[in-house]
Amino acid sequence: MLVDDHDPQEGKRLRILDENGQVEGDLEPELDGDTLVRAYRNMLLTRAADQKALKQQRQGKLGAYPPSMGQEASQLGPAMALEERDWLVWAFREMGALIWKGVPLWRQYLYWKGNEEGNSYPEGVRVTPCAVPVGSHLPHAVGIAYASMLREGDSVTLAYFGDGGSSEGDFHEALNMAGVMKAPVVFVCQNNQYAISLKWTHQTAASTIAQKAVAYGFPGIQVDGNDLLALYAATREAVDRARKGGGPTLIESYTYRLGDHTTSDDASRYRSEGEEKEWRSLDPIPRLRRYLEAKGLWDKEKEEKAMEEIDQEVNEAIQKADDFGQPSLEDLFSHTYGEMPPELRRQMEHLHDLWGGER
Amino acid sequence: MKMNMVSALNQALLQEMGNDDSTVLIGEDVGVDGGVFRVTQGLIEEYGSRRVIDSPLSESGIIGVSVGMAMNGLRPIAEMQFMGFSYLGINQMIAHAARMRNRTRGRLTVPMVLRMPYGGGVKALEHHSESTESLYVQVPGQKVVVPSTPKEAKGLLISSIRDPDPVVFLEPKRNYRLMKEEVPEEEFTTPLGEARVVAEGDDVTIVGWGAMIPRIQKAMEGREESAEIIDMRTLSPMDTGTVISSVKRTGRAMVVHEAPMTCGVGAEISARIHERAILHLEAPVVRVTAPDITVPLPQSEDYYYIGTDRISDGLNRVMEF
Repeated sequence: MLVDDHDPQEGKRLRILDENGQVEGDLEPELDGDTLVRAYRNMLLTRAADQKALKQQRQGKLGAYPPSMGQEASQLGPAMALEERDWLVWAFREMGALIWKGVPLWRQYLYWKGNEEGNSYPEGVRVTPCAVPVGSHLPHAVGIAYASMLREGDSVTLAYFGDGGSSEGDFHEALNMAGVMKAPVVFVCQNNQYAISLKWTHQTAASTIAQKAVAYGFPGIQVDGNDLLALYAATREAVDRARKGGGPTLIESYTYRLGDHTTSDDASRYRSEGEEKEWRSLDPIPRLRRYLEAKGLWDKEKEEKAMEEIDQEVNEAIQKADDFGQPSLEDLFSHTYGEMPPELRRQMEHLHDLWGGER
Repeated sequence: MKMNMVSALNQALLQEMGNDDSTVLIGEDVGVDGGVFRVTQGLIEEYGSRRVIDSPLSESGIIGVSVGMAMNGLRPIAEMQFMGFSYLGINQMIAHAARMRNRTRGRLTVPMVLRMPYGGGVKALEHHSESTESLYVQVPGQKVVVPSTPKEAKGLLISSIRDPDPVVFLEPKRNYRLMKEEVPEEEFTTPLGEARVVAEGDDVTIVGWGAMIPRIQKAMEGREESAEIIDMRTLSPMDTGTVISSVKRTGRAMVVHEAPMTCGVGAEISARIHERAILHLEAPVVRVTAPDITVPLPQSEDYYYIGTDRISDGLNRVMEF
């Protein structure tokens, strides 16, 4: 078991691909060529879609946005271990994982452009909406997992959060209850090292976040967060354990946010260029590309073709989000309750009379 | 059968959990102990520990886990041991339970009930006598229900459990064992969002809810005025129509609540009366409420808790204006 051989308290961190995309040791997970190519393409798409969102924000066409750059593997690897019937509970920096799980990119753009419809996912896509209050979504994952256990038997729930989230009270309450209830849930901490400006080593005096699992009575493992294969392998094991009734796991994905916290942030205020440069050299995308190239699954020609397709895909997604249109006054009122109370209708009608339904 | 409010609530839970496999109970001491007020007594024996969950001391966890359960097809009924402890978890109601439907444009909903005993008058410890319903009423997307009698408690709880939206269900702990009344043995619902006219009258409209209803009735004993007593039952969404049509007839109104005056629900009711019936009013609306001070410890409770003398004084003021 990976968790047995990688005790975070002994300073062990799971890594399968080295910086050059070479497999270390014998832990290479069984993933077919198609899946690997799909995964790599997802990371390219996430990087391009992320850049597009930043551009759109600068042009005033999209609101405050939390960039993903550097965390593409950290987002995607865990999601790859999920089945369609499994739930994904995200925080706010998991674009690639959402795409993998079936949330269309245009819906995500729609959300960041300020429309609640961006959180309304297609039927059957088991993904919760963006959760802005840090860490407060973690108890939901436990409840969703418990409900699955009670009703369906074998669905698993995977929840993402960040290093900052691990300091919140809800992190403790969720992990404690998950342990007690033996809920089929996997917690993935994307430790990107900064919660806006605070370095993660000031977030906790513990030497890893993964070791916090010990106190909750379930396994924790720290993984190289820029190594897609390690993330997939660790999560695969955790998901399988949860599905078999073995309870929760905490996975710490040790990664780095190459961009700012959000478009309202300036990371140069709290970290050095040297540090950023060092992490740029650990970029998860070229690392996986070299692995695919060595396997004969990828080459320059495929890369060029993929980039062309992705460029078009991203532009189409933006267009679709822009074409969706502004919510009506009725949209704002009619989802407050299952049935609109008379007093609320009165307020709506007053504004409707004032504005004629549009503003 | 005649029963008190604790038994009526217990029967409602027993029957609804029997009717609907998706209901689960979660809270501190709700299982083996049957709840500190015994409202959940016997349920763990009937439905087992998977559906009647003795949770760790974890208010935010209890509510947050319930939100997740509700998003994935269950109908959780969560208990806060006392209203004064619900603040540890109130973020989960405000930030998630109440807005999940709107946030996802109806894709995910949170049909949960958050039960909690509220209010004073039982000489309890600090933090055990809170009546802070306004905190919950201010939040769009959740309903706030307060029963006043055993029969009301049963019908309103069944409706709350079946409701598609999150319901904060405030149980007046002073009334838990105060009185017994005839409660139908079979299940029945009492619609949310509809006030109840407890007594008809012509001279003045007295509005209250929960523990204040029997207090108001007691205060009216021996008074000459004919008072129309309205039990709001649901504070959100509020049945304004019943109050307004009564006030238009009586021309005078008084609101009685245990919570402090400033921004209490009484302020909202008073505002609506003034907005919609001002030309029918013979006197400004009078509010009888707790003062804007911290709930005192038991030695001083009688200064704080609304007695019949305070209600009588309010009545004098609204009648003699």
